[in-house]
Amino acid sequence: MFFISSFLHVSVHQVTVFKLLPLYFPSSFPISKIYFNLFFFFFSFSFFNFSKPLFSRLCLNRSMDFAKLKRMLYYWIHQIVNILLRLTWHLLHVTIHLFYFAINIANALESHLISKGLLRRYKSLHISKLQYLAIVIESEDCRTSNVIELLQWLADLGVKHVCLYDKEGILKKSKDFILEKFDGATLFQENDVLLDQPLMTLEFASFSDGKEAVAKAANVLFMKYLKSGSTSSYQGEQIFTESQMGEALKTVVGGNGPEPDLLLVYGPARCHLGFPAWRIRYTEIQHMGPLKSMKYGSLIKAIYKFTMVQQNYGK
Amino acid sequence: MVMLLYCQELGVKYITAYAFSIDNFKRKPEEVESLMASMLEKFHLLDILVKRLAVRVHFVGNLELLSNELRASAMELTEATAAYSKSVLTICIAYTSRDEILHAVRESCEQKRIDLEFDNDDDNEIKLMKVEKNMYMAVAPDPDIIIRTGGENRLSNFLLWQSCWSHLHSMWVLWPEIGVWNLVFAILNFQRNKTYHLEMRKKEKEL
Repeated sequence: MFFISSFLHVSVHQVTVFKLLPLYFPSSFPISKIYFNLFFFFFSFSFFNFSKPLFSRLCLNRSMDFAKLKRMLYYWIHQIVNILLRLTWHLLHVTIHLFYFAINIANALESHLISKGLLRRYKSLHISKLQYLAIVIESEDCRTSNVIELLQWLADLGVKHVCLYDKEGILKKSKDFILEKFDGATLFQENDVLLDQPLMTLEFASFSDGKEAVAKAANVLFMKYLKSGSTSSYQGEQIFTESQMGEALKTVVGGNGPEPDLLLVYGPARCHLGFPAWRIRYTEIQHMGPLKSMKYGSLIKAIYKFTMVQQNYGK
Repeated sequence: MVMLLYCQELGVKYITAYAFSIDNFKRKPEEVESLMASMLEKFHLLDILVKRLAVRVHFVGNLELLSNELRASAMELTEATAAYSKSVLTICIAYTSRDEILHAVRESCEQKRIDLEFDNDDDNEIKLMKVEKNMYMAVAPDPDIIIRTGGENRLSNFLLWQSCWSHLHSMWVLWPEIGVWNLVFAILNFQRNKTYHLEMRKKEKEL
């Protein structure tokens, strides 16, 4: 009789603990709840079934602190489950690392084949589709030798207009050095139309050309708004349009620049690192890995993928 | 809809979904009308779901472009869920990022003009912080992950301003077929570079 009641007692508490433990669970595990639920169910089910006779014997022998024993038991279960879940999470991440490692090897092989010209479909690129290319480089990774090599590859492929962006503005500071070393380019001028030119045009941008440039353009529009004098909404609608904003951005330092068709990100993460928001509305964003491991083949593959894409622009 | 449940289970507090773009108005009028009608139906289902899950709903975008019925329904849902705080769902409807930036600039200009009229402000300049406060998306913090379905690699005028330090994840699966494991994979991918993203965000705040 005592056997059965103790088991029922334990089962009821098992259910309440099942509901309570998520409260104690560290919030840094976003996948915790799914795994936790599965794990706890199997673990506690097997544990309690296995230890039923042991438990009842303990209770028969020590009739004193059944509640205290239960509390200790639940605490230890909680700790063990915690450790097991942490292990599972780490295991998952290891699996994903291995998966990406394998993908990187496959990509390296493919880019090697592409650079040798062995893969037929990458042989002819419709480079004319790529009017304006932007490259985002992680500031800590910015070695000018790598940048110049990259520009050389782009010049060989026939890309005419390139924007180099990095968050801190290191590329901007070494602008003269780059233009000197790479004599196939000139600086992008404001009124440059994206036509075919013999030399490549380069633009240098940094984080301040994004959000801050918009704030400066806002001030320009504000002056226009004040000058217009009237407070009617019609005037407001005339001033605050996309084209007016575009014009205001052109007058502001760093705000000028056409919209890139393709954005290549050379950095540790798939993130555009604050490239001017106004300009990337329909831009294809490709992550290329760190700059020091850049490959000619992966560059061709990225441009090829871009030329194959179809954009609907909302329709 | 069910993604909302998954996100809540995983502990994700702020979810933003791109329902309808201003560019989508360029489609055929019959298509737009049918989309609007289906959206109205979805709102009724959403109403039941968010009340059950205690999710606060915000509708973000140029709501003037929507029909009166849809706008009223959206306002009603926003008011009904204003008290909930477990999660926040932001639905971008009649939204483009450029429109959002323009709207924020316009609001800041109008506020500045009023401030100058009442001599409340000596400074003639609009600061970046003011523009950011007037964004539609000021109701939620900047996203950590942006998921694009359909195998596309572009943002298409979605959260361009807020996505500076977000992990951009592109999935091959289409939106109606998305499942919890796709979401989990996206989160695991984000976790690989989480410290980098957080560091970048902190550096921006220090500037």
